[in-house]
Amino acid sequence: MNEAFSYLSEMEAEKGNLIKGLQLIQTREGYVSDDAIRAVAAYFGTPEAEVEGVLTFYAQFKRVKPGKYKISVCDGTACHIKGATQIRAWVQAELGIGDGQTTEDGLFSLQTVACLGCCSLAPVMSINGTVYGKLDRKSLSRILNEYKAKG
Amino acid sequence: MAEMKRIKVGTASCGIAAGAKAVLDGLRAKAGSVPVDEVGCMGHCYTEPMVEVELNDGSSVFYAGVNGSDKDIDGILSLSDNKRFTFPEKRSKLEKLLVTRLAGRINPVSMDEYKANGGFSALAKATSMSPEEVVNEVLASGLRGRGGAGFPTGRKWSFLAAKKEADKVLICNADEGDPGAFMDRSMMESVPYQVLEGMLIGAYATGATRLFIYCRAEYPLAIKHLNIAIAEMKKAGLNLLPGRTTPLEITIKEGAGAFVCGEETAMIHSLEGKRGTPRFRPPFPTDSGWNGLPTAINNVETYANIPVIFQIGAAEYSSIGTEKSKGTKIFALAGDVKTPGLVEVPMGITLGEIVYDIGGAEPGTVKAVQTGGPSGGCIPASEFGVKIDYDSLGALGAIMGSGGLIVIGNNRCMVETARYFLNFTRSESCGKCTFCRVGTTRMYEALERITTGKGSMADIEFLEDIAPKIKKGALCGLGQTAPNPALSTLRYFRNEYLAHVQDHVCEALACPALVDVAIDPSKCIQCKLCVKTCPVGAIDPVNNFSVDNSKCTKCNSCIEVCPKKAVSRVRKQSAK
Ligand SMILES: Cc1cc2nc3c(=O)[nH]c(=O)nc-3n(C[C@H](O)[C@H](O)[C@H](O)COP(=O)(O)O)c2cc1C
Ligand code: FES
Repeated sequence: MNEAFSYLSEMEAEKGNLIKGLQLIQTREGYVSDDAIRAVAAYFGTPEAEVEGVLTFYAQFKRVKPGKYKISVCDGTACHIKGATQIRAWVQAELGIGDGQTTEDGLFSLQTVACLGCCSLAPVMSINGTVYGKLDRKSLSRILNEYKAKG
Repeated sequence: MAEMKRIKVGTASCGIAAGAKAVLDGLRAKAGSVPVDEVGCMGHCYTEPMVEVELNDGSSVFYAGVNGSDKDIDGILSLSDNKRFTFPEKRSKLEKLLVTRLAGRINPVSMDEYKANGGFSALAKATSMSPEEVVNEVLASGLRGRGGAGFPTGRKWSFLAAKKEADKVLICNADEGDPGAFMDRSMMESVPYQVLEGMLIGAYATGATRLFIYCRAEYPLAIKHLNIAIAEMKKAGLNLLPGRTTPLEITIKEGAGAFVCGEETAMIHSLEGKRGTPRFRPPFPTDSGWNGLPTAINNVETYANIPVIFQIGAAEYSSIGTEKSKGTKIFALAGDVKTPGLVEVPMGITLGEIVYDIGGAEPGTVKAVQTGGPSGGCIPASEFGVKIDYDSLGALGAIMGSGGLIVIGNNRCMVETARYFLNFTRSESCGKCTFCRVGTTRMYEALERITTGKGSMADIEFLEDIAPKIKKGALCGLGQTAPNPALSTLRYFRNEYLAHVQDHVCEALACPALVDVAIDPSKCIQCKLCVKTCPVGAIDPVNNFSVDNSKCTKCNSCIEVCPKKAVSRVRKQSAK
């Protein structure tokens, strides 16, 4: 097996762990590359096509490397009625990227998700897991600028 | 003044997002010998971060909406009146904290504290009975599944108990797929032992040997707390049930972002490491489930109810609620209310009491409530007298659902709301059956046409024609319920559909294609903030601050930044 993914041996090579294996790779690498798919297939003894079939079923898995800061704009029901569409438009305008894209400098990537579980603070987004609630035009700019400054 | 015994800071996800960590750090730095502990969520999410100061005389003082500033921290430590919190009286009167009694009051990961508050007494009581008696007690309680469908839990357990196989599986459905619901997250974060105690009692009653918790990946804190709790329980030997020789196997599996995996057969496939497509039932999971073994699936809140039943007894439990819906229900109240949060109310309370008295919405400002998420429906304000129970909500074309309760204010568009849900179900449809895969897409397209002013009466007729066919023909619950948001809005808000189609008017000014943005020259002070913020250069400062609506994307940036509220959405000029 590809040495780069030797950490897969943390888990039992049992088919029920296939998704868990892909999740482990995504946590470590940020995405699932072609090489990773080959490694998972070899480790679990399943055809590559099947691994890819499982992977494409689940929205969580990314096939391209995401930015350093992963922005998830919530478009769950609570956030949607509280203006998630606008929040997303503002992020897109400030960063110049569309949904599912990464900025050219590799700093930010944007995705839309359904509910981060903080609906009482809607509208909400998260950046690398840190949740920001009660967003408006100003606070959104402030937050993005903080991350831009950090680089 | 009474001495401080201990300080508690609510650090569930909602608390952390509101800044609770800074409060925690601030208090820890200055509290000296007074212990500062993390607790879960008390449900008053609108006023996070929350702090409880336990005093030596047994009473408590609460603070809310605090931050990590010296002023707030010193204020709390001197028990000042600043930012003191008293529980809203109206809400306290209506709520009945049974299942969430300990949420936000104890350290979620401390087994000792859970035990000191009656934890695991239900397990002791249940395991002193025979498994059959335990099933009968749950049957007698009248508990119905809190995951949405409301199937009697005792009956489900009796099916599994009747199976003779040596290996049986019990699953906790913690996928919480309704986008806009957070009851299960809060319970797992705040009282993980209570959920697990319910599962242990279930395993004892049904003879299950293997337990799974299928939790959505967006809930890292819930997963962390469950992992700690499971390890502690193993250490204490609780995973070896009385009369057994092998300990229970307890595994947490993270979902990977697929709504359909909340459906039982899809979840089982996902747990087997496969694509999470549902399959035809029968065979039912209790006959053939995970790896062919008899399997039963219950929701997080269902399990959290079980210890309560054994603590207070089935007789008392079933005295709460309505004839056919017993006990309490936890709702995740969000949307256009003043005080969103997690509320636990007895079944039979009215929807209006939740929206107005608990949520603090002003009567007249709300037009509907959405329950049950993408599978549910919208209930208009005129029906808010309805009593909360499975059957009454069903009769209105909505469902109880898992507890997501989104309040929709007058300034929202109901057609757009339906479009939102159909867009969700269309993209979450697994694609296996045609009715769902193609049907939801066609419904979405019709709704998209209507909300963009390109719809016709034929689209409305089409929606009403195809909806029942999808409900009948779809393979699983996702497709069978997907038309509900459209059907219920067509039933109660038909006038909005007609206005969109016939007059190209969105009364709520929500549908971008049907509105213009305009600047009121009498209010405008020509500060140019709007010009600077507009991402598409649609505002012309030279030409009297006019908006080029063919360029404008209706992103509302200018509306938000205008200091004089001179910019607003208006009806499209071309509207009839
Ligand atoms: C598309 C779909 C999604 C579902 N999502 C969930 C969910 O997120 N959580 C849940 O508890 N039940 C969900 N259910 C219902 C479950 O399939 C199942 O009925 C429930 O978990 C049974 O537990 P209960 O009897 O304790 O309610 C979903 C059903 C369907 C058809
Ligand atoms: S809907 Fe956005 S956090 Fe739940």
